[in-house]
Amino acid sequence: MGMTLAEKILSEHAGKKVRAGKIAVVNTDLAYAQDGTGPLAARKIEEMGFEKVFNPQKTIFFLDHASPSPKFELSNDHTFLRQISEKTGCRISDVGYGISHQVVAEEEVKPGDVVIGADSHTCTGGALSAFATGVGSTDAAVAMALGKIWLRIPETIRVVVKGKLPDGVYGKDIILHLIGKIGAAGATYKALEFAGDTIEHLEMAGRMTIANMAVEAGAKVGLFPSDEITRNWLDRMGRPGDFRKMASDSDALYEKVIEIDAETLQPTIACPHQVDNTTTIDRIGDVKVDQVYLGTSCNGRLEDLRIAASILKGKKIHPKTRVIVTPGSRLVYLEALKDGTMETLIQAGALAMPPGCGACVGLHEGVLGDGEVCLATQPRNFKGRMGSPNSFIYLGSPAVAAATAIEGRITDPRKYL
Amino acid sequence: MRGKVWKFGDAISTDHVIPGRYMYLRSNLPELAKHIFEYEKPNFSGMVSPGDFIVAGHNFGQGSSREHAAIVIKMNGIQAVFAKSFARIFYRNCFNNGLPAVICDTEKFSEGEEIELFLDQGKIVNHSRNETISFISIPPVMRQILNDGGLVEHVKKYGDIKLDL
Ligand code: SF4
Repeated sequence: MGMTLAEKILSEHAGKKVRAGKIAVVNTDLAYAQDGTGPLAARKIEEMGFEKVFNPQKTIFFLDHASPSPKFELSNDHTFLRQISEKTGCRISDVGYGISHQVVAEEEVKPGDVVIGADSHTCTGGALSAFATGVGSTDAAVAMALGKIWLRIPETIRVVVKGKLPDGVYGKDIILHLIGKIGAAGATYKALEFAGDTIEHLEMAGRMTIANMAVEAGAKVGLFPSDEITRNWLDRMGRPGDFRKMASDSDALYEKVIEIDAETLQPTIACPHQVDNTTTIDRIGDVKVDQVYLGTSCNGRLEDLRIAASILKGKKIHPKTRVIVTPGSRLVYLEALKDGTMETLIQAGALAMPPGCGACVGLHEGVLGDGEVCLATQPRNFKGRMGSPNSFIYLGSPAVAAATAIEGRITDPRKYL
Repeated sequence: MRGKVWKFGDAISTDHVIPGRYMYLRSNLPELAKHIFEYEKPNFSGMVSPGDFIVAGHNFGQGSSREHAAIVIKMNGIQAVFAKSFARIFYRNCFNNGLPAVICDTEKFSEGEEIELFLDQGKIVNHSRNETISFISIPPVMRQILNDGGLVEHVKKYGDIKLDL
């Protein structure tokens, strides 16, 4: 019997064949944490008595959530992490360089890797055919110190998406549709594996959006096979040697198969305060919006900013709506500056923030007040996430964000294409 | 040890347990712990007593990986968390910090009831209702981590991950 992608990657790293349901200790290729989880991870490394990490080059602390720091306590955490990096030899990705998941996709993650991150959206790396999964600070600290982790090999749910995506419908809509269908716990403890001709044609940015949100269905990982699109991405990032073909066997055993007909999909929105509270745009009604947030580890890539810019070109944002743009990384920012994307967005009235998580987690750069409504491209809309517990977060694609910015209410982007 | 039930609903995220905006207090755990469940049950930290239990519905601990959610629960003296189901990362975080997370039918408990956990016997006694509820035992690997006092203590003890798999 064949193996799923998850079984293959984990078997390689366990040094023996492991099947779904088994528990194994696996070697890790990359371990990272961010400024919210990193200080605790660093203290755990110290507590365990390790002076050095297992593989300093492959251990990274990202200063991305509070970037640059809005509070002195967080500045102190940053200082602590910089000191830890000097002491243990591991790397630091300092403020303004980008969101961890975006930067590792650009510079580190290879098909077939096991990637451990102290951040739930570490699963973004699954787009590159890596077993990338989020853990807490203690598990990350152990992976950093020992270069390994214990994992239960997950059963796999195969998601087959077929047909041509209609205009105005993107990877974000596929994953919001899926989560709406199976629920926020619909894939808990499982691996999601994406397949079908829609997925084969989906560019890397769309794949990363889908992999990023796998955790919003409870999944451990959201895996894609590697192909020419993966190869092109690695080429573009100056890492052609990192390509490797990865796919599940044709006779692999899946827990279940979910089929999605891409041609019937519409722009999809997650309504407050749960990611699985989804609806299609034609049913959204009249939702006035105070803030539009474009960016995050879910939709902060060049392709995302370009989609928004193509809709906002030559237009002005609604006078009662503010639009905040946060590129996912310095590389994205530079590319968006060079090709005129940022200029288009700012001409339309958007505010640009430095690369990082920005407003996503309610710390700074666009915190919502009582009663305020935000349409965000981020992966999560829990109550109070972006600020006041009395604010409301709707999630949608960059195209929905741009159309919404123009009209000041949640708007179907297809009329602007 | 007996403790009181504090009841929560479904889909409690780690943002509900401890909002992301308190990230600046994460290196000051005693201060952070005061903000536990701030929106769900205001002043929870002031009301809870050592040995009490959190009892919730489905998918407890969904969302952010912040281990601080498990830590502030423990710091507030909570003895164990019961839920119909747990989100994956939170579940691991609990055991890594020596906090039992038990899956059971939480409809059998109401706010304020007096209960007692017998972890080894896989049962919970509800003294207020004079009822005994059994639960599916904790996975052996989690049990081992718990017995060692959490994952840090486990690694300190063995200098490695030495679980009976
Ligand atoms: S952008 Fe938002 S979801 Fe992504 S890593 Fe940062 S805080 Fe988390």
